Amino acid sequence: MSDSMNSKLEDRRDFLKAGGLVAGVTLAPGLLFYGVAQSRAPEEGASSRQRWGMLIDTTKCGDGCSDCVTACNTENGLSGKTGPQDSQWIRKVDVKDLRTGYVQSLPMMCQHCDNPPCVDVCPTGASMKRADGIVLVDRHACIGCRYCMMACPYKARSFVHEPMHDQKPDVPRGKGCVESCTFCVQRVDKGEQPACVEACDAKGHKAMLFGDLKDPQSAIFKALKSTDSVEVRADLALDTGVRYQGI
Amino acid sequence: MAHEVCVNQGGGRTVEFFALLGLGGVLILGALFAFFTLEHHGHVLTGMNNQIVWGLPHVVAVFLIVSASGALNVASIGSVFGKDVYKKRAPLSGMLALALLSGGLGVLVLDLGRPDRLIVAMTHYNFHSIFAWNMIFYNGFFAIVGLYLVTLMERKLKYWSRPVGFLAFFWRLGLTTATGSIFGFIVARAGYNSALMAPMFIIMSFAYGLAIFMVVQASMYSWNDLTLDLTIRRRMKKLLAVFVGASLYFTVVFHLTNLYFAKQWDYEQFILLDGGIFTVLFWVGQVFIGAVLPLSLLFINRSQGEHLVSFSVLAPLFVVVGGLCQMYVTIVGGQAYPLTLFPGHEVRSSFYDGVVHAYHPGIYEWLLGLGGIGIAFTLTVVAVRVFKFLPQDDFKPVLMRRSTD
Repeated sequence: MSDSMNSKLEDRRDFLKAGGLVAGVTLAPGLLFYGVAQSRAPEEGASSRQRWGMLIDTTKCGDGCSDCVTACNTENGLSGKTGPQDSQWIRKVDVKDLRTGYVQSLPMMCQHCDNPPCVDVCPTGASMKRADGIVLVDRHACIGCRYCMMACPYKARSFVHEPMHDQKPDVPRGKGCVESCTFCVQRVDKGEQPACVEACDAKGHKAMLFGDLKDPQSAIFKALKSTDSVEVRADLALDTGVRYQGI
Repeated sequence: MAHEVCVNQGGGRTVEFFALLGLGGVLILGALFAFFTLEHHGHVLTGMNNQIVWGLPHVVAVFLIVSASGALNVASIGSVFGKDVYKKRAPLSGMLALALLSGGLGVLVLDLGRPDRLIVAMTHYNFHSIFAWNMIFYNGFFAIVGLYLVTLMERKLKYWSRPVGFLAFFWRLGLTTATGSIFGFIVARAGYNSALMAPMFIIMSFAYGLAIFMVVQASMYSWNDLTLDLTIRRRMKKLLAVFVGASLYFTVVFHLTNLYFAKQWDYEQFILLDGGIFTVLFWVGQVFIGAVLPLSLLFINRSQGEHLVSFSVLAPLFVVVGGLCQMYVTIVGGQAYPLTLFPGHEVRSSFYDGVVHAYHPGIYEWLLGLGGIGIAFTLTVVAVRVFKFLPQDDFKPVLMRRSTD
């Protein structure tokens, strides 16, 4: 084998080594981060690796306290009025046991079902479930037929009966469309807690726990593993994202 | 003779015709006024709210849509089951079906929160939704029944009327099944969530559709100073009696099955005993006016006497009134009864949990509902004036009198 041939082979080896090194340096961090972090950048879509949920401890929920409702109204630009035609995304419900007379109070909102009837019945697909389990209404596709309101077992949805003014930039609402609790998706996507949970914590009740139901390290995952919790209307087998303990 | 009978538009009465057209036009204008007002100000002006989300417009709309399917029954009996008397009524039956469906869909669309997005509804289908399937059924109904009418009225295409008639027959069965399932598939509400809804809506559609057909037919004969043959009248009366009886049977079975389930007792008590307007509309409207009274009239054997208002017109009119009451009880009553969030518990909240919801239809709902009837009425009036929809029986000259019964 001639010297020139040997030199060409060595050049080729060097090139392949260098190429492999460059490729490794380029790809490795991405692969590593993908495996470790399992989170997403703000510009990415929602991921099914997560499922957002809430655990509500009714024994901690303050009787007469409605800070979660007020916080929701403030965050999402709702009027706070309680007429038959006004929107209410979250409400306090007093539940009285008919046999014992025991009364407790709890917040009720969209339960973010895994099998949401509202999504099933929506003719245009405007009612939809994000990959991370948050149930939303696409305000551009909702035709205002209100079939989802008929179908929701939790009476969680409201129809906007009047023209909207001074809306929150992050929370678009529109006359003639249906709306409901979004888990404050605009906050969750920034890594923050829903406004109701934050308000409940600030009040010191800590009755609402929000987090990723699929993350074994999350507080809600651990709490659900160690506490008996129930779904409202569990007989409907909707696999709700919101669960209650103490009822 | 036959030719004169067929040419319906040749009968003159232009003033009366335009008066009828004016009446229909006023109703349609009223609906358009309501539509534009609500489109601008929102549904805040209506009696509908977050508890009663479907109100009077939906009652009328669903009634008209269900009746449309039933009105086609007459044609189906002719084309599918080969009955000659009904074959001659097939064009009128098909036209009436299209007119009624137009009225029903018109109200539904005009009541949408965002009617401007109708194109979204036409281009984005969620096939899990029975509502989306309904849209396909409604559009298909227009196409198939339209084609059916062409085959019935164009001599060269007569051969195709039977296969297309079969298609229309099965299509409308699908349509009414889907319409009933809109309510049957609502799992959480005590008043709905029943597999009986679909077959019950089908049999009710037979009764409502035939009743409207009989009223329209009688009006057309009267308009043309003709008398419908007694044999035909008796056949249709018997058929209506069968349909009304079957509807009553389904109503009884629906409530009996509910009474068998302890969890449904409260709802049944609400509808049957202490539901206020809904209880009244159920017993007086749906059961007595809609079933008992017409059945009594239809089964009374009478000699061929002369009557100002015939039993064969009065009975179907009662069926129509009873049908509207039934829809009100089903649609509004089903929502008025509160959702059961916690069985065995009493609930109370600022969002009206646990209380019977009140509904007071406002002027705009009335205008929308009447507008739907106006659309169906106007289309029918124009159609029977322009086309030869009068059933082409072999008339005997001696029957040219204004007898009824």
